[in-house]
Amino acid sequence: MATLEIRDLHVTVAEADGGVKEILRGVDLTIRSGEVHAIMGPNGSGKSTLAYSIAGHPKYTVTSGSVTLDGEDVLAMTVDERARAGLFLAMQYPVEVPGVTVSNFLRTAKTAVDGEAPKLRTWVKDVKQAMDDLRMDPTFAERNVNENFSGGEKKRHEILQMELLKPKFAVLDETDSGLDVDALKVVSEGVNRSLERTDVGVLLITHYTRILRYIKPQFVHVFVDGRVAEQGGPELADALEESGYDRFLAKA
Amino acid sequence: MTAVDETTDPNPTDPVTETPANGARAHSHGAGTVPDASRAERVTSYDVADFAVPRGREEEWKFSPLKVLAPLFAEAAADADETAHVEVSGPDAVEHRTGTPAEIGAGAGFRPGDRAAAASWAATTQAHLVRIPAEAELDAPVLVTVRGEAGRTTSGHLLIEAGHHSKGLVVLDHVGGGAHRGGVEVRVGDGAQVTVVSLQEWDDDAIHVGQHDVLVGRDAFARHIAVSLGGKAVRISANLRYAGPGGDAQLLGVYFADAAQHLEHRQFVDHEATNCKSYVEYKGALQGEGAHAVWIGDVLIRAAAEGTETYELNRNLLLTDGARADSVPNLEIETGEIVGAGHASATGRFDDEQLFYLQSRGMPEADARRLVVRGFFADIIGRIGLPDLAERLMATIETELAATMPGAHDALQAVATGTSTTTQTTTEEN
Repeated sequence: MATLEIRDLHVTVAEADGGVKEILRGVDLTIRSGEVHAIMGPNGSGKSTLAYSIAGHPKYTVTSGSVTLDGEDVLAMTVDERARAGLFLAMQYPVEVPGVTVSNFLRTAKTAVDGEAPKLRTWVKDVKQAMDDLRMDPTFAERNVNENFSGGEKKRHEILQMELLKPKFAVLDETDSGLDVDALKVVSEGVNRSLERTDVGVLLITHYTRILRYIKPQFVHVFVDGRVAEQGGPELADALEESGYDRFLAKA
Repeated sequence: MTAVDETTDPNPTDPVTETPANGARAHSHGAGTVPDASRAERVTSYDVADFAVPRGREEEWKFSPLKVLAPLFAEAAADADETAHVEVSGPDAVEHRTGTPAEIGAGAGFRPGDRAAAASWAATTQAHLVRIPAEAELDAPVLVTVRGEAGRTTSGHLLIEAGHHSKGLVVLDHVGGGAHRGGVEVRVGDGAQVTVVSLQEWDDDAIHVGQHDVLVGRDAFARHIAVSLGGKAVRISANLRYAGPGGDAQLLGVYFADAAQHLEHRQFVDHEATNCKSYVEYKGALQGEGAHAVWIGDVLIRAAAEGTETYELNRNLLLTDGARADSVPNLEIETGEIVGAGHASATGRFDDEQLFYLQSRGMPEADARRLVVRGFFADIIGRIGLPDLAERLMATIETELAATMPGAHDALQAVATGTSTTTQTTTEEN
């Protein structure tokens, strides 16, 4: 049983004009193994900033607060150390890596995260099975990472990594955006498989409630203006489906 | 054949413009010679006297380190022996002969285009012919090694003649030190498929100016790949012409410039025959103070060259501050009856988002950088078609890359926090 704990997290970002803007203004969250937490909120509320701050993107500066994984100080770790500690971020806009095939990339990542190369025979089988589960064509493995991928292919590729790297905690940043219903189901099934087969805790960041029809959260947190404005169970998502974010925005 | 036209068009179709970023050079440029109105007007001649010693104001020399290259502009003394040390090996089917350029039949597909090339031609007494007989399909590459010696200036000419419908791969490897000027003449027979790889794996102090002319036969396929990793200053001009319609040719290149190293690659694709294709792609990485890469890609589609399809591309990856890449694509089109023509040039830093993505998958920064650079070069290196050689070149690149690894993390931080840098890039487009 692992715990990811975020305490009073404040995060700023440098702006183009040289100024500094505070995006997160005191976030508290505790996620345990096997739990699914949905982070919902309007655009600009700081949801993605939370995701990137946990992963350690250099654009974001943590000014106060803490993020710990089983008591270990995540903020003191480099980006790759965080991944090796068991954190995973499924990105909204994963970047292209020209000349590097998916197959090579996955093997390199698996080796890095585990600290040793996976056994070739089982690895090839695992990759094939995981791709099959996500309805990805086998030729996909020989394409360059994210190069000329459709929106749906990018998201499947992110979830493929989650299934293969088996993190302790996965942050899924707007994984539903840009997906049609069929792709959304396939991707959601992938997340649910990870939840069944591993002990992963999931932080599901989304603007819309539609992905929550396929991935059931136990906890829902509504983000407004850089902090959690309200939290509750799945019923909170249902309420948002009805009324939208207006009441929170009016309050803010 | 290249037409030499002395008239100067007062309204050039393709003026090279100075970008503000290159303003420091603007004062000297234009004060000396008038730029050619068309690339076709550039002088070619076997006579050294037809080329003045470049002074730096000339359009075609303005990026080059002329003081460093000076030994290569000198005419060889009458009693000097400038014979380059050359080793040739290959399958039995290949004919190898040496002799004067006239004796081996050189020149039909080669005309010196600058002073170094003309001086080299004049000084060459022992040229090499590598002939792939008509319809022969080589099962192994031909290897030609040019070994330079510190303290010597060497000249040479290599004629690669591929008979009609032959198939082959020739690897020309430049190693050692000293100063070398070398002509390479590739004549690709009708329907032949030939790849010529020129490796510049010189010692750190070597200088090299080379002209490589490729003449593509009817319906033939030719590929020229320049790989420049070593040397103090290297300048390779690759010129492509078509002897008949239907030719398909590629000029490819990779380079890795280190501190104080100058690597320059110029191409001139001259489309005169109909229905020919050309593709130019050069990719380079630069690191260290004073690392300088120059890429000039000239493409001319003459009025007669209907049905032409051409594309040229240059990409530079700046790994550290203090490096400079000049990238100038020039496209001249004299007929509208073409299939397509385009060019692209991009010079950028290491992509922080790429690094972040790979690191977020557990890869330490040094490994992530290595993977990105490997990927950057993999495509072109892979097209050499020799896995062992590709692996050796990749290993060399990774060794060079290792030199900047220790400070890698600092560089990322500097970029992330928006620290200004002194890195300059210029891209001139037409």
